[in-house]
Amino acid sequence: MSVTYVDAIRDAQEKLLRDDPRVFLYGQDISQFGGAFKATKGLAEAFPGRVLDSPISEDAMIGMAVGAAIEGLRPIVEMQFADFSSIAFNQIVNQAATHFYRTGVPVPLTVRLPSGGTPGSGPFHSQSMEALYAHYPGLIVVTPATVSDAYHMLLDAVALDDPVIYCEHKFLYRWLKAPRINGDGLPIGKARITRPGKHATVVAYSAMVHEAVRAADRLKEEGGWEIEVVDLRSVKPLDMDTVLASVARTGRLLALGEAFPWGGVTAEVVSRVCVEGFHLLDAPPLRLNSRDTPVPYHPKLWAAHRPTPETICIELRKLLTF
Amino acid sequence: MLKARLLESKLSSLYKAGKIVGGVYLGKGQEAVSASLGASLVRGRDIFAPLIRDQAGRTAFGESMLDCTRTYLGSVLGPMKGRDGNIHRGRPLEGLPAMISHLGTTVSVVAGMLVARRLKGEMAGVVGATCVGDGATSTGSFHEGLNMVAIENLPMVVIVANNQFAYSTPTDRQYACEDLLDRAKGYGVAGHSVDGTDMLACSKVIGRAVTLAREGAGPQMVVARLLRLSGHGEHDDGSYVPNTLRAGNLGRDCLEVATAQMTEGGYAGADEIERWKTEFTDEVQAAVAQAQQEPAPDPWDEEWFACKSTTGRL
Repeated sequence: MSVTYVDAIRDAQEKLLRDDPRVFLYGQDISQFGGAFKATKGLAEAFPGRVLDSPISEDAMIGMAVGAAIEGLRPIVEMQFADFSSIAFNQIVNQAATHFYRTGVPVPLTVRLPSGGTPGSGPFHSQSMEALYAHYPGLIVVTPATVSDAYHMLLDAVALDDPVIYCEHKFLYRWLKAPRINGDGLPIGKARITRPGKHATVVAYSAMVHEAVRAADRLKEEGGWEIEVVDLRSVKPLDMDTVLASVARTGRLLALGEAFPWGGVTAEVVSRVCVEGFHLLDAPPLRLNSRDTPVPYHPKLWAAHRPTPETICIELRKLLTF
Repeated sequence: MLKARLLESKLSSLYKAGKIVGGVYLGKGQEAVSASLGASLVRGRDIFAPLIRDQAGRTAFGESMLDCTRTYLGSVLGPMKGRDGNIHRGRPLEGLPAMISHLGTTVSVVAGMLVARRLKGEMAGVVGATCVGDGATSTGSFHEGLNMVAIENLPMVVIVANNQFAYSTPTDRQYACEDLLDRAKGYGVAGHSVDGTDMLACSKVIGRAVTLAREGAGPQMVVARLLRLSGHGEHDDGSYVPNTLRAGNLGRDCLEVATAQMTEGGYAGADEIERWKTEFTDEVQAAVAQAQQEPAPDPWDEEWFACKSTTGRL
């Protein structure tokens, strides 16, 4: 018996609903239907009145969650796809994110964003929005890459008093399995060394952690290279202690992300390492992101749009041979 | 109404004297509508999300005058501590959410506060209310919010103060339906129409809408017809408002109408209203003087944290 990434998200919500009367779920098709990805399957029956279908009104869904959070509840909003949160952008960045600073009243709400690309999903069901939300003060942005993190970080997100953008990767939903959910006790804001190494550091998050590990395996086989893979886990806060400690060991940095290349998480990582750890670098740091086009539909184009183990290896070889 | 008018006249003077940074936004002409809503709600139980022209509603709901003067004058002791200003103020834990500038967004926030009351089992007898203008009815946020309110069948009153202009844009560039009231049916909410310059009519119609919501009749939308008797803010002279509108029924000053209604109806004598004026003017002077003496926020003392859960660099 194994647990998938999406099972972990469902089970975390079940635990939250069972243990905390302040929690309720709000989103499109999440009640009887169990959600577009079945992340809320069976929860409406188990918790009557606390798993509510919303109209196709992303703006109002977040406004509603802000109001409920003001009143002391802990809403979890499921965006059917991260891409549609653009409709809720105003309520997220202007209403939710500013609320604590302006009024002193926190709005503890969690927005689940089914993020990232899958073959055939095209420009409007594939986006990675973490950098947009991380840009705004007042939001916490998490990007779990493992089954256990998917579970524990959702519990932790709901426990935080701040609005949390929880980016769950759709590619990992059913593909990623674990024998069971473990907890290593890492809080939000702490990165993890997924694979220790000494020749170069790949800083990644979400599904790209797995691609980085594949690339690291290849380079180990190919030339005995020991690549260290750091899983950021949360992109805001960004755990620079772990990143800088890794770069101190390896002297080489590749920042890897699936999001678009202009700005974003990889740019922030490279920028901070250059500013704070320039003396640690033995080679110019590199960034690898998706291409600077909308996410294409056709699987062949999609596979060439996002970073893959092949393109990650190409960048790492440049880094290792500098 | 009178207290709000006197307070806002003082704010306008302070702005023109350079004592208020940012902007000053008046509710002149909208006091009858706003005060009727605020007076129909019960502070401590109900929810009121005011907008830009709701000083009268805030006053009637029981917001402290110091909250207003401290926020306008930038006292660090105010509810927003200088982090936000002017009409962007509130006390969310006391049923008075603080508006953001993006219009229509209060509708779903109040809806969420009501849904929370329902989930907590504390909905009995509660009403949530918000005001918007004709301009806000064009936003997606207003549409999404009111539709949601209707779906959830919440005890909510949405006032549309149709003051004929959104900043400088007249209503024929804002909507093409004959009357915004017609939209109520489309949303599945009860609709009411009222002459916003007529205090007694506003009190009756808005009071009834609040009572209906409180008694379980579901969401209520009230469209009030009036004219903004100031610019959009005190930086704007409103010169785009045609004189014909100002001279017509919509251009009546609701405070003058209310004064006549009070005296003619025997609710208050002219002497008594004069005494109120003196009393309220003193109250305004005291609230302004106190806020002016209080410290401004100090950037060195400011906690530059936007999150509650962490004070480190993010």
